[in-house]
Amino acid sequence: MQSLGSIRRDFSPWNDPAAKPYIVFDQVTKKFGDFTAVNNLSLSIYEREFFALLGASGCGKSTLLRMLAGFEEPTSGRILLDGQDLRGIPPYRRPVNMMFQSYALFPHMTVEANIAFGLKQEGMESSKIADRVAEMLRLVKLEQFAKRKPHQLSGGQRQRVALARSVAKRPKVLLLDEPLGALDKKLREETQFELMDLQQKLGLTFVVVTHDQEEAMTMADRIAILDKGEVMQVATPAEIYEAPGSRFVANFVGNVNMFEGMVTARDASGVSINSESGIAIRTENAGDAQSGAKVAYAVRPEKIKVSSRPPMDTANNAAEGEIYDIAYLGDMTVYYVRLANGLVVKAASLNSARLTDDPLTWNDRAWISFKPDSGVVLTR
Amino acid sequence: MNASLSRFNIVSIVLGFAFLYLPIVLLIIFSFNESRLVTVWGGFSTKWYVAMFQNQGLMDAAWVTARVAFISATVATVLGTMAALALTRYTRFRGRILFSGMVFAPLVMPEVITGLSLLLLFVSMGLDRGFLTVTLAHITFTMCFVAVVVQSRLITFDRSLEEAAMDLGATPVKTFFQVTLPVILPAIISGWMLAFTLSLDDLVIASFTSGPGATTLPMKIYSQVRLGVTPEINAVCTLLIAVVTVGVIAAAVVNKRREVQRQRDEQAAQRG
Repeated sequence: MQSLGSIRRDFSPWNDPAAKPYIVFDQVTKKFGDFTAVNNLSLSIYEREFFALLGASGCGKSTLLRMLAGFEEPTSGRILLDGQDLRGIPPYRRPVNMMFQSYALFPHMTVEANIAFGLKQEGMESSKIADRVAEMLRLVKLEQFAKRKPHQLSGGQRQRVALARSVAKRPKVLLLDEPLGALDKKLREETQFELMDLQQKLGLTFVVVTHDQEEAMTMADRIAILDKGEVMQVATPAEIYEAPGSRFVANFVGNVNMFEGMVTARDASGVSINSESGIAIRTENAGDAQSGAKVAYAVRPEKIKVSSRPPMDTANNAAEGEIYDIAYLGDMTVYYVRLANGLVVKAASLNSARLTDDPLTWNDRAWISFKPDSGVVLTR
Repeated sequence: MNASLSRFNIVSIVLGFAFLYLPIVLLIIFSFNESRLVTVWGGFSTKWYVAMFQNQGLMDAAWVTARVAFISATVATVLGTMAALALTRYTRFRGRILFSGMVFAPLVMPEVITGLSLLLLFVSMGLDRGFLTVTLAHITFTMCFVAVVVQSRLITFDRSLEEAAMDLGATPVKTFFQVTLPVILPAIISGWMLAFTLSLDDLVIASFTSGPGATTLPMKIYSQVRLGVTPEINAVCTLLIAVVTVGVIAAAVVNKRREVQRQRDEQAAQRG
């Protein structure tokens, strides 16, 4: 069986028509004065899902999260949690907890008291609180820091306290606002896997807001790409990357070469596209593009082969150009090849061997080529 | 930058400090004067301190002042904090600009005008001038100072702390008392101390609004000075200076210690 990238084989409720969504945004609009932050948006999130809201700043992703937490009320539309309409329910009565971007640790309380805060509000017995706090401290490996104040902790430790505090009440849903934004790169990578691990262990539904696509790709079961308060696409990371639904999504996630053109023929095996770059494109992944439609053919750089020798078939999916720039990144090399009409194509090749028998350098003539199933046809 | 002091710098520092502290030093020295004459040194003595404590009028005035300052500072702190909260939190209510202007106007209002207008108000209300009126007057004029101090802290207050508390199940009231108040408490305390000292040394407004039986210490000192400065007054003032100095130094030391401790903690945390 062929498939797009890696998957959690036993978990895809969104493909099961019988599965009931856990969180539903139903035609939600949120306006701040004249500004529309969220525009008639509908989304379904399933129980135990790790769901990411990905978008540039100002796309409405944080507003969505804040509406779920109860800090903002939608101007119109409904938000349902486990079938219950959340309208009018204040944040302190919602079974969701949030981990804040700034962590929002109470500076006058110790780590212990921070974690116990939510449990005390619930009126839990103090012996049970102590047990739960100890359990949380173990979970985030901060046992020896229980008596410290937040300002006595490093950034990574504060992040863990914030996490422990937000899961201590065992909320139905955990909301995470840029959970790794304040950490440095190395710590971020470690923490990503810890978060995924924690989500599996506790069996919670996670909704995470991020502007970092790598973070979303690594952690999430599904990603919603947002732009100007609207959902552009909701799909698994592999689908988002390999089968983007629009030019915007293809451009937003990862690097892409976009060949604009017109469909000249459509038959059972695919479409032919006459592209502005001069390349005659023949592809199997036609989507819903009809003959005569203006489309873009999107190909990821790593799916383009660059070589000093012409490919077997030079008539389709190939072009000759000149190496314009080379970025050597260690694990891979990105070639920028300028075609005859001036379009610069990015081609990334993995440096799987230490030595290469086809060394290319600046201003060399080179051929780029790709396979019929390498890219996707985008009509939007 | 050159770290060593040039001659010019030394001269300006000496002149500056002399300008500030010479009068006070003179006052302190003459409070230990044996002689009855304020400006003639007659030998060392502490008899004026004894006389001061035996002067019932002065002691009464000091007690009135302490009570007025304590009550007015406390009430002004509550009102000023509420005003600061309203001004920083509800940024879009009707008449906000007018309200903020009105809260801060007394800061720049000449005291004579504040005092006179309060006097007119009390008279028209039929309130007898005394302890109550001077306390009310002090609440009025110190409240805005508290509001300014607390407001400047609230502007840098991270609202997500309150959101986090509510998110964890605390009602707005509990959020205020368990999170907001403890965090801004240092600013509220300094607001209270500012209000207390302002009330303590106010003469102008107290003269307008106080009445018989509620003479404050500054009023008492002023009226005695008009009859001639006695070393007794110097002694009172020296004690006042001592109290204020000890208070200021203690506050500075505590602050400094906390700051050093905090830096040490943060460095320790960064090291892991």
